[in-house]
Amino acid sequence: MKNKLFEKYFVFSPYFWLVLFFFIPLAIIFKISISVSEWGMPPYQDIFLFDNGFEINTTFENYIYIFSDYYYIGSFVNSLILALISTFFCLIIGFPLAFYIATSNIRLRNILLVLVVIPFWSSFLLRVYAWKIILQNNGILNVILLNLGITSEPLQLLYNQYAVIMGIVYTYLPLMILPLFGYLNKFDLNLIEASKDLGLNRIKTFFKVILPLSVPGIVAGSLLVFIPVVGEFIIPEMLGGSDRLYYGKILWEEFFVNRNWPGASALAFSGIIILVLPIIIFQILYSRWSQKNEI
Amino acid sequence: MKSSFIKSTVIFLGLLFLYFPILVLIFYSFNENKRVMVWKGFSLRWYNELFSNEQIIEAFIISIKIAALSATFATILGVMIGYSLVRIRKIPFKSFYIFLSSTPLVLPELILGLSMLLFFISLNNVIGFPSSRGQLTIFISHVTFCIAFVAIIIQARLTDFNKNIEEAAMDLGYNYTKVLYKITLPIILPSIIAGWLLAFTISLDDLVVASFTTGPGANTLPIVVFSKVRLGLSPEVNALSAILMFALIIIGLFYFYFNKKFKH
Repeated sequence: MKNKLFEKYFVFSPYFWLVLFFFIPLAIIFKISISVSEWGMPPYQDIFLFDNGFEINTTFENYIYIFSDYYYIGSFVNSLILALISTFFCLIIGFPLAFYIATSNIRLRNILLVLVVIPFWSSFLLRVYAWKIILQNNGILNVILLNLGITSEPLQLLYNQYAVIMGIVYTYLPLMILPLFGYLNKFDLNLIEASKDLGLNRIKTFFKVILPLSVPGIVAGSLLVFIPVVGEFIIPEMLGGSDRLYYGKILWEEFFVNRNWPGASALAFSGIIILVLPIIIFQILYSRWSQKNEI
Repeated sequence: MKSSFIKSTVIFLGLLFLYFPILVLIFYSFNENKRVMVWKGFSLRWYNELFSNEQIIEAFIISIKIAALSATFATILGVMIGYSLVRIRKIPFKSFYIFLSSTPLVLPELILGLSMLLFFISLNNVIGFPSSRGQLTIFISHVTFCIAFVAIIIQARLTDFNKNIEEAAMDLGYNYTKVLYKITLPIILPSIIAGWLLAFTISLDDLVVASFTTGPGANTLPIVVFSKVRLGLSPEVNALSAILMFALIIIGLFYFYFNKKFKH
């Protein structure tokens, strides 16, 4: 009997915390997103009214408002494109690194892996700030470009979407490398030798042997980069300009500047549905697919 | 020969890309000039100014306090989740349990922050608590999203943990609780420490969730730093960066030392 009590204590303490401080807050976002907005504090009406008996006072106006305005849709699309491009570059840079680290000898492998992940431990905000220094008009990159004679006057490198992509690729790269390494590390290097012995050239070996075996790592790494980048607020705020608006910025301003709580909640809840729901569905489909293919 | 040359080049360029910005930051922290980008000479001036900047010192103390407390709570709850998922068979609504303990990992921080803020406001409307936001509300939010990170580490550790040791101890007459405290927890202690270090760093580094849930008297270090560098550069922040990066990298090395899983 004592065991049962003890198990309950272990299961239910975190259960209680997460329901109270994670699930209920998400439910409140949904509740406010279907509330009627009004001027006042808080800037929305209750969804249950008891004035003349009982009345349910909900609306989908906030969602219609968001999805019919290009300002919101456009920003969300911008964020998706940004996330796609950044994920692509993380993969292009991260894959060769992960591959060569995984194929090093054990001593070197551990040292390299720690070296790659250590920057990830240093402050996120400060790593973004570092790029602000590098990309200044009189910053190091411009000095190098001027001295090499590539340009004759300093380039405006900061405050545009390219600086944002740069910052994102830099800060999120370790998140791509780790899962890639995890899968590449598992597979048998003899397979590469075998494929060479069987007459496949390097390019064919890569596309027929290495790439298919790294699919799970590529998927995991891409998701770890893609999803947070869609909601990224700090990097566009520090390195970006006014050339492009992103989802994070719009959500922030809708809440703090426009004080439109129902609108901000509708944006947030749409984000959850569009970003998080597909992952759950994807995970289910993927686990079925990998069971079928016995990976 | 050719392929090993390519290999070294790729690794060298990759590491250069990862470390160059950090080195630039440290380099400029020693610049005497108030205008960050114009080099005037080597000096520790900004380190001096940093240590006499009360706003930054105060923010630093608040951040450390919140990070230590929330890491401790998150570790206790995270260990419970990791243990439950691996060792306890009957969990009511198990998929929901897994959903709750893993979604904070993928949910954008901005959405998490907004939901916490609206929750605290609603809670205040209903029960009159918390009457204002501050260190307590940041603490609660940080615990909530750090739990998931600890839970993963513990879950991974317990999964390749040899269950026979626990069973042997049970055969020898230990009860459940005794096995846990005398056998299981001591064996996974390094992972628990690793989890704590990770949670501590995440809390210390968080800007977005803290910005939503902060209030009077609760300006954490990232909030103060962000307000200083949002629109420009700050020589004091350069000095702070150098110190903080160094400290966090050391914490990171400790993490790798404790998280043995990493070495396999």
